[in-house]
Amino acid sequence: MDRLTAIANAVIAGRHTEAAELTQRVIDQGIAPQTILDDGLIAGMNVVGERFRVHEIFLPDVLLAAKAMYAGMDLLKPLLEAGGVTSRGKIVIGTVRGDLHDIGKNLVGIMLRGAGFDVIDLGHDVAPERMVETARTEGATVIGMSALLTTTMPVMQEVVDLLRDARLTGTIKTLVGGAPVTKTYAREIGADAFGFDAANAVDVVKQLCGVR
Amino acid sequence: MILDFAFREITPRREAVLGQLGIPPVADVPEHIDALYATATQLLAESAAPRAVLADIAIDDFADVFRGEGHNAPRTPVGDIFPRAEHLALFAATLGEATGRAITYGFETRDFALASMLDAAASESADALAELAERRYESQLRERGWMEPDGGVLRYSPGYCGWHVTGQRRLFAHLRPERIGITLTESCLMQPLKSVSGVIVAAATAAHEFAPTYDFCEACETFECRDRLRALRAR
Repeated sequence: MDRLTAIANAVIAGRHTEAAELTQRVIDQGIAPQTILDDGLIAGMNVVGERFRVHEIFLPDVLLAAKAMYAGMDLLKPLLEAGGVTSRGKIVIGTVRGDLHDIGKNLVGIMLRGAGFDVIDLGHDVAPERMVETARTEGATVIGMSALLTTTMPVMQEVVDLLRDARLTGTIKTLVGGAPVTKTYAREIGADAFGFDAANAVDVVKQLCGVR
Repeated sequence: MILDFAFREITPRREAVLGQLGIPPVADVPEHIDALYATATQLLAESAAPRAVLADIAIDDFADVFRGEGHNAPRTPVGDIFPRAEHLALFAATLGEATGRAITYGFETRDFALASMLDAAASESADALAELAERRYESQLRERGWMEPDGGVLRYSPGYCGWHVTGQRRLFAHLRPERIGITLTESCLMQPLKSVSGVIVAAATAAHEFAPTYDFCEACETFECRDRLRALRAR
């Protein structure tokens, strides 16, 4: 079996120790870190994402795979940084002000990192100004917002408005999600996209960032 | 009144926990996921210290609590129903600090699958705890002969269905849930993480009925109110 395929398979199976060992082995063999990332770890996560999308596997399987992906990434990240390799995009995520339900947001963050994005997780109860300012100063391309309470959903609109006022609409795109949030609501408030679950959010971010 | 509960009274239902993670009840659940569920419920049993506090409140006093800081939706189910109540009680319930810490630790140490399973199980248990507090209040009213035979109780929480989350401030000022370890952040969020608060409304079953035609209903896809009303009618 191809060495990179073996890494992908370890990720798919959620075997984090094996994923780390195999990653270290191919690093030692001189394979380029970007190749290991793309054709090993991300390739594995892509299979996981697809199997999840067609309901072949469940969310815990995706999270086990993410842990394996992270184990490999820990070894690759310093090498990628040293080589000046940039990520697929920087994403700011947070649960909006007045809301502390962040499990969905956490899952989105885990899966975005698993897909090779840089994620700045601002946590929960995040003020709109902080989301916009962080995205601006960090050069993020997407702000991902989550809300579980119907009464905190309007805060998403505030972020969209702040971006418009700062003439950042289009430069920094917005993705919204959470149990009570709908595609219609996303459209109404002028958000760029809606993610109905964590896996879908990753697909949407890929589209927003123009990566495969 | 402060109530202590045993974990076995709020043990989460397996189907509900798996459901929160998007696993349908008819699914053939793999062994490793069942093992995660077993570990999560064990961690929950070890960490949870379920407590609740209840306090009767007069309708006029609740009107003041509910008004909060004036940010509620113009029309809300609670606003329409509470004036028809026979009795009202404020409540707060929590699983305690240790459960929240266990969830955070799981995510920090990248045990994402276990942490999310624990989070889902804790959410189910917190709901079960609020339900238990509600049942306890109903039992007390019935024992005292303070409820009509056709009466029923339902609970509502700030943050949902038009009752703005800032309503927590007056609720907390009246109820003082700090007595069981629940505090409020500046943004009106409760600590510990797995806590529930609100009002329990005791009224004739018909008085609880409402149509989901409020402004905010349009954006809602959970339809939990319909399930709750259906359950009330079936009691």
